[in-house]
Amino acid sequence: MTASTATTGRPDRVTGTPFTRALGIVTLVGVLWLSWFGLFVTPADVNQGESVRIMYAHVPGAWLAYLAFVVTGISSAAYLWRRTRSLTWDRIAGASAEIGVLFMGISLVTGSLWGRLTWGTFWTWDARLTTTAFLFVTYVGYLAVRNLGGSHHQRARRSAVLALLAVLEIPLVHFSVELWNSLHQEASVAGNTDVTMDGLMLFTLFLGVIVFTLMYVWLLLHRQRALALQDLVDDTGLDLAIAARRAEVG
Amino acid sequence: MDDLGFIVGSYAVTLVAVGLFAWSVVRRSRRLAEQVPPEDRPWT
Repeated sequence: MTASTATTGRPDRVTGTPFTRALGIVTLVGVLWLSWFGLFVTPADVNQGESVRIMYAHVPGAWLAYLAFVVTGISSAAYLWRRTRSLTWDRIAGASAEIGVLFMGISLVTGSLWGRLTWGTFWTWDARLTTTAFLFVTYVGYLAVRNLGGSHHQRARRSAVLALLAVLEIPLVHFSVELWNSLHQEASVAGNTDVTMDGLMLFTLFLGVIVFTLMYVWLLLHRQRALALQDLVDDTGLDLAIAARRAEVG
Repeated sequence: MDDLGFIVGSYAVTLVAVGLFAWSVVRRSRRLAEQVPPEDRPWT
């Protein structure tokens, strides 16, 4: 029996709570619902044909990456502000950035598959695609910087500064289709007052955004708690190492 | 349908990637929790 099971009796309650378990169940049901609607129920698009089904995974993935990176930026600002300085903000920032990189990667891959069907190529150095790839690489760099070592507060400070710079890229990515001549289409729903999309397609797109957001909250809570555990283990290890060194010297 | 592989592939990539990430988070947490007493976990 591990220490965890000996003390709690339930190994599955490491980072979970009744709320996260309920959230997990709702999210799983939502994923099944979204997959069913996206693959079988919604109609094919007049112009894109069947490939429009990829949009129900691609668009929410991109939305979630934006959301996650904005949360990383806000949490980083909260850490840097003296009144709210807490390592919890730093861990939320780190956890959110990891999830953002995951979903940005998903968005790049699903967008690439859609591009092959619609444009005839997996990749082109288009403004939206290039700025998105740059954003992805920036946050991979942010995660690398988080792992450079030092104390928890050193890690938090340097990564918070980087996060505040990196978040400025998001408007550039979002408005790249308007700033440059882009192959990528402009926003069909967000910021558009004249939405002409079929009702079922629009519903499925919104369902995707909601389901992916629930997924994000679940992942964020668990990952943030895992990072808190990691910090506690690191602190304990450091205390033991200092005690051992003192014993050697004494 | 020629598009089927790409469409199903996009859903598979999404679900597998998220599933693997979630699994790795839970697995890492369980390993770390063996070294941390429950009173140090404020969410429990």
